[in-house]
Amino acid sequence: MSEETEAPDVDPTDDATPDGDTVVEAVEPEPEPDPNAVAVTLNGREVVAQKGDLVIAVAESNGATVPHFCYHPRMSSVGMCRQCLVEVDTGRGMQLQPSCMITVSPDMKIETESPTAKRAQEGMVELLLANHPLDCPVCDKGGECPLQDQAFAHGPGESRFVEEKRHYEKPIPISDLVLLDRERCILCDRCTRFADEVAGDKLIHFTQRGNNTQVMTFPDEPFASYFSGNTVQICPVGALTAEPYRFKARPWDLDQVESTCTTCSVGCRTVVQSSRDELLRYQGVDSDPVNHGWLCDRGRFNFEATNSDHRITDPMVRTDAGLIETRWSGAMSSAVGLINEALSTGGPDSIAILGGARGSNEDAFAWGQLADAIDVPYRDAQLGDGLPIEVLGQRRATIDEAANAATIVLIGPDLKEELPVLFLRLRDAAEKGRSKIVEFSAVETGMSRYAWKSIRHESGTQHDAVTAAVADADIAAQLASGPVVVVVGRPNLAESADATVAALQNVLNAVPAAKVLPALRRGNVVGALSLGMAPTSPDGDAIAALNAAADGKIGLLILVGSDPLNDCPDTELARRALAGARRIISVDTHPSESTHLADVVLAAAAYGEKSGTTTNLEGRVTTLAQKVTAAGTARPDWMIAVELGTSIGDRSFTGDHPLADVATVDDVTDAIAATAPLFPAVTREALAASVDGVMSAQPAAALPDVTVEVGGRNSYDYRLVVNRKLYDRAVGTAMSPSLAKLAPGAGAHVHPLDLDGIGVAAGSDVRLISAKATAVLPVIANNNVPRGVVWAPFNQSGAGSIEDIIDAAAATTDVRIERI
Amino acid sequence: MSRLSDHNVVLAKEIIARYPKQKSALIPLVHLSQEQNGYVTEDAMRHIAELVNVTPAEVLGTASFYEMFKFEPVGKYVVNVCTTLSCALLGAGELMHHAEEKLGVKAGGTTADGLITLEPAECQAACTEAPCLQVNYRHKYRVTPADFDAMIDDLRAGKLDGEIPPHGTLGTQRQHIPDDKGVGAVHPDDVTDGPAWIPAPAPEESN
Ligand code: SF4
Ligand code: SF4
Ligand code: FES
Ligand code: FES
Repeated sequence: MSEETEAPDVDPTDDATPDGDTVVEAVEPEPEPDPNAVAVTLNGREVVAQKGDLVIAVAESNGATVPHFCYHPRMSSVGMCRQCLVEVDTGRGMQLQPSCMITVSPDMKIETESPTAKRAQEGMVELLLANHPLDCPVCDKGGECPLQDQAFAHGPGESRFVEEKRHYEKPIPISDLVLLDRERCILCDRCTRFADEVAGDKLIHFTQRGNNTQVMTFPDEPFASYFSGNTVQICPVGALTAEPYRFKARPWDLDQVESTCTTCSVGCRTVVQSSRDELLRYQGVDSDPVNHGWLCDRGRFNFEATNSDHRITDPMVRTDAGLIETRWSGAMSSAVGLINEALSTGGPDSIAILGGARGSNEDAFAWGQLADAIDVPYRDAQLGDGLPIEVLGQRRATIDEAANAATIVLIGPDLKEELPVLFLRLRDAAEKGRSKIVEFSAVETGMSRYAWKSIRHESGTQHDAVTAAVADADIAAQLASGPVVVVVGRPNLAESADATVAALQNVLNAVPAAKVLPALRRGNVVGALSLGMAPTSPDGDAIAALNAAADGKIGLLILVGSDPLNDCPDTELARRALAGARRIISVDTHPSESTHLADVVLAAAAYGEKSGTTTNLEGRVTTLAQKVTAAGTARPDWMIAVELGTSIGDRSFTGDHPLADVATVDDVTDAIAATAPLFPAVTREALAASVDGVMSAQPAAALPDVTVEVGGRNSYDYRLVVNRKLYDRAVGTAMSPSLAKLAPGAGAHVHPLDLDGIGVAAGSDVRLISAKATAVLPVIANNNVPRGVVWAPFNQSGAGSIEDIIDAAAATTDVRIERI
Repeated sequence: MSRLSDHNVVLAKEIIARYPKQKSALIPLVHLSQEQNGYVTEDAMRHIAELVNVTPAEVLGTASFYEMFKFEPVGKYVVNVCTTLSCALLGAGELMHHAEEKLGVKAGGTTADGLITLEPAECQAACTEAPCLQVNYRHKYRVTPADFDAMIDDLRAGKLDGEIPPHGTLGTQRQHIPDDKGVGAVHPDDVTDGPAWIPAPAPEESN
């Protein structure tokens, strides 16, 4: 499975040479000869390659199998394993050459299966096995192991080595997630190369020399990379294993389907594997426009949350005895009752639907249709932590366009924390010299070290920082030098979106041709916003809804896979809203603070338990596949929404309503293609025919006019910057034991010199006082935080909660730090 | 604590400045740290990583490739007894055995007083003078057990202090290269044409 990016599915015994038939040339004008074409002879057959192609790639793409371990098409060639030896003649006679290290040249002759090549390949297998423990029966990789397969296919069958093998302590943890068995390692340099070239986390390295060479971390500095799981996937042997999957299954017991990760909106392609109806592993699939085979660890390992014991397995209704499980029929009629009650007492204006960004397109569409049927004014797939919908209406860039743009302007969150694989793609663009990154940020981010210019500004003043930057001659010249893509998200949860919208507008004013890639985080946020879960006016967004609820104007709050107490930056507002809403229906997979407050809880199917489609941040629609049966009696959201929609009296979906008569998720997908304005191209046929997904259309909209009001900061105040970390209290992480422990925990990070100034010791609790409220948190000395800033990770567990002092209505949040 | 001393940081910066890529100064800095502490400490590797802007794992990976960098404390004197062929034929085995008895440690060990570390070594390129050994990489030729004892006694008595500096010492004199005498190496990314001694390729002709 680890090799789906590379091993073409070809039978090496197949005689791939044309079968002697003379091809009759049609009388057509000679096509222009391709100046980059290179004709070579591969195993006696003439093939045409491109200049610069590696011999191994040409061989593999033309049906010849070349055994190899270290070569990986997404990383540079290093020639470590020598397994790919083939015979090559460049005019000086046949010679053995590592095919991953040489490129094709005109008239080159390549023999991958000549007796000499075969003998060399067998010899290499024998050498690689000289120290290999051959403990396949207890090895996780056994059954899908390239070493095992290639030893079988290309090995000598017997070893001449009788010497004692090298011994090491059996697996040692190199991080909280990954273990290393050095005896099995064949020193292919894939993991170390990945850490260096792809992730930029050079925390593992070959150490020692000769027979003692081994992959190792520095003592006490684990391989704590957000991308560590990829090394497990690309390790060609069982040397690297991942804690969440170790010893859970044998590869031949696994069954798999291709799907898309919806943990964030990058939408990496995955295969979802299960055994005995339990999700056991996700592996990255190489999608050329999206993830290049990589996944982040959060997306890779959060299947544990689906499997968790803490699932909502059955619907629940509030009684005098609290929430009790009930049958669907009862729960649904209670839910319908609540809708009708709200309609009759307060009318549609007293209903709000929040969420939908974590589900499929079908889910979002069905909720959107329900909202339309009820005529709900308050609906939002973002919870005050995103950007105005109009940002999606700018000329949208694809990830590829961003990663090939001359200039990438980054106004937004730390991509490494929020959209990890997008970070990899853009980092690659910068590292390979394709793009220059101009980053605007209030604090240092994971991207800062790769940026050509990383411009620090005070939070809330990014629009001014942009104005100043585009006036700079160097930057202006760079912006004029080629395509520009602006990657824009929410840079700070403790400031309003206004300054960011203004900053985006300022870039677009300076570079009207620039394209925009929205860096919104939640898995299907673009799909949900495009399919009916966007506020119909600014007065109907999540913050307006929560304010209305807090003021007692909301009779029914429907939470669709959303937990305002965790998702909305202004927790205090969320708390008042949940208390002020008369009734709450929560549709969710896991219990949360919000579900505990609900009157009706409807058990939703989780990722891996339902199929459908999803839309990533580019607008690319790909398929989601169901792999296991849903926990308990949980149902997919779309089914719940459709059932509600057909039971609400004269507002029900009837007649030619697109959802009046749907039975399966495919019917909903068809209804989307037939009626959703941006999705006519997204038919099931188109999806089935395309490996890379289908692009949805794009709305066009002007950015809202914003006036940014940022007050000056008092000299004794600190400006608050709150950002998401990859690991937080979101359900997918919190309910995955392997990931939950990686969350950094709550704390207020302050520059050490500022700490000295206030006279508090790092680690002690301080009082953070904003205009709105006070929070008590431990302070952490952090050199990366600029002076005058308090930086805090969002939604972390720990004693205090920074969210308490964020004011959704304020342009920025300033705090005073007080010793306790 | 065993980071580079202030004095050595100054030196380190001078060394780093000689290279177009900071990272190229890694090995000289590891030498410097070994000179300071007698072996390469973890803190020193962290410090070097900061100075040349790499990860500590890269420092460890690079440094541990080299046998002459020690990562555990060693004696003030490291005695390497050659055990390769010529020496072996002329009694290296016996010499090693004797050394172990005399010092009371196994090969690889350090005496209790922390003065001497005994190690087996590969050919020291003095095969004509076998059996030979090195003390802190200074040769001793045709060593008999009696010579060995005398040498150890001298080391212990401090009689060889002038001749054999403590382990890790690179030299008694450190060379300072004046700015105008540097080779003026160019950063690899800035190299546009071939080295000066290779004539530039003739402009492309049409055969
Ligand atoms: S651990 Fe695996 S990927 Fe890393 S060098 Fe060893 S065999 Fe290669
Ligand atoms: S980057 Fe996003 S879509 Fe990709 S694996 Fe991670 S969470 Fe999933
Ligand atoms: S694959 Fe070519 S040397 Fe390893
Ligand atoms: S064998 Fe001892 S010096 Fe060469």
